[in-house]
Amino acid sequence: MATQLPGAGRPAPRRGRRFGWPLLAVLVSWGLVAGCGKAPEPAATTGNLYLELEPTVGTAPLVLGPTLYPTGNGEQFTISTFKYYLSNVKLHRADGTHYAVPDSYFLVDAGQPASQHVALHGIPAGTYTGLSFVVGVDSARNVAGAQTGALDPVKGMFWDWNSGYIFVRLEGTAAASATGRYKYAIMGFQRPYNTLRTIAPAFGGATVAVSPEHEPEVHMEVDVQKMFVGPTPMRFATVYDSEGGPTSVQIANNYAAGMFTVEHIHPN
Amino acid sequence: MSWLRVGLLACFGVLVLNLLPAWRTGLGPTRQPVPGAQLPRQFGQPVYAPAQNPPERRAFELGRQLFYDARLSADGTVSCGSCHQQARAFASPERLSQGVGGRPGLRNAPALQNLRWRRTFFADGGPKHLETLPLAPLTNPREMGTTLPAVLAKLNADSAYARQFAAVYGQRPISSYQLLRALAQFTAALTSASSRYDYHVRRAAGGRFTAPERRGQALFRAKCGSCHATELFTDGSFRNNGLNRRFGQDSGRVVVTFLPTDRGRFAVPSLRNVARTAPYMHDGRFGTLAQVLAHYDHGMVASPTLDPIFRGPNGRLGIPLTAAEQRALLAFLATLTDEAFCRAPEFAAPRPSPGGKVRAAVRQPGIAP
Repeated sequence: MATQLPGAGRPAPRRGRRFGWPLLAVLVSWGLVAGCGKAPEPAATTGNLYLELEPTVGTAPLVLGPTLYPTGNGEQFTISTFKYYLSNVKLHRADGTHYAVPDSYFLVDAGQPASQHVALHGIPAGTYTGLSFVVGVDSARNVAGAQTGALDPVKGMFWDWNSGYIFVRLEGTAAASATGRYKYAIMGFQRPYNTLRTIAPAFGGATVAVSPEHEPEVHMEVDVQKMFVGPTPMRFATVYDSEGGPTSVQIANNYAAGMFTVEHIHPN
Repeated sequence: MSWLRVGLLACFGVLVLNLLPAWRTGLGPTRQPVPGAQLPRQFGQPVYAPAQNPPERRAFELGRQLFYDARLSADGTVSCGSCHQQARAFASPERLSQGVGGRPGLRNAPALQNLRWRRTFFADGGPKHLETLPLAPLTNPREMGTTLPAVLAKLNADSAYARQFAAVYGQRPISSYQLLRALAQFTAALTSASSRYDYHVRRAAGGRFTAPERRGQALFRAKCGSCHATELFTDGSFRNNGLNRRFGQDSGRVVVTFLPTDRGRFAVPSLRNVARTAPYMHDGRFGTLAQVLAHYDHGMVASPTLDPIFRGPNGRLGIPLTAAEQRALLAFLATLTDEAFCRAPEFAAPRPSPGGKVRAAVRQPGIAP
């Protein structure tokens, strides 16, 4: 006699599930047929678009290591780590519509130059007048369990005991800090300390034409100094650690106010 | 023709007849359901539905091996199962669990059961998904003290693990995704719903309550059931139950939410198997359930976030319980023990231990690594 498994409780009748697959298959085929019959779309042409993300501190290029930079608030600091997530990329058209790049999650790391060159493939050909993206990882993916690719926790951007992704990580030394070091791990996607910010850097009237013949590149500057200046000036003397919560929100508000600017666009 | 032979034949016949319905429903004698694949209805819709990581025998066994494999920790001394012991509903008998290098932890290791139905984990609700939860104990220096890349390097260096993972997930090398999904196959399977209380509710054999148990059940519903609610015996909330005045040592949920109103609030634990999960509270301060009841009766201390449910009309704190009431409650709480769950061989450490078994297999001639 088969042993009763612990927790088996009342076994769900398996027989019912057998009808599931054929029924699903019928529904899917019906959906396909109906879908095809409605609006036969022409085979869309697509192209590629590239984002070049150049990190700076003010007007100086960002170099990891002992280089001293001013915060803009009278303090100085060096940078050993600068990483951030850029996700949910959307390309906007003049008529107010947009194309959302599917499954767009990128980890940009100043220590990995290749990661600063983001390739967006399969973009519908057309003219785009703007770009928007999320700095960080949307709340759904923060609580969606094990992930791969840019979201793989092996990348060191997953906070485990209060689970969720670190959206922006900036670390280094600062003489004004009580410890001589600082660690900004901007994270949190739940109210009232939600640090997710959507950025839409202005194209300033320029347009981007995507087609099989042209692979335009949007060159952006990412100015780390903007994390310290803005609505709430940040000083290492008071905030040398931020791991979510009110200070992370203040820093997020700072960088949302102008860390990303479009420098120029190569039509290529 | 001996009677023995007739008896054996009869036994065989009964066995075949018993298996027939299983065959017809697609299970068959060799396809036993994967542990935990069948969900008890009384718990409602799971948060982590089986469809999200369909129970599969080899993946479950892999998760079980990993759960009991101390080699995953920094110095090879601590496995998940070191602190989460099956006989104690996967809780720890230690007040504070010990990590690598004998380092004391900060909290009492809680029971692991019915995790499919939980939205958050830990006493402070920090982890929000069963699959990513193991990253916390793996990397906590007071627990397993390692890093994710180090664990993956160890697993990939072990030819037996590499083979097993490849058999389940196809792609090599072993990734964090594969590791976390395999572990979740085991942890999600830890369903406990076969206590005497469950038999009682189903009016099944063996579920008849004694008079004190019945009195205890009624008392429980009246005095404990608002927090330890539903068939899971928790409402999933976080509350301050009057353990400290300031919570300087461990401030609870506030470290997760940054909200001052969450200071001193801790997850309301399920009371299933509670007679097995001593010691009690997030810091394991009470060794017995009698001490827990005494705390609720007269041991509470006030603090700004003390749950209002414990403030009586005349300023009295706690839940008044006479000695007789406490005895009845203890009798009822004992019915929540699921003996089968605490003894089920499929949840026990694999024998022989994963390391020993796989190494022995590799050494055999003719078996390619």
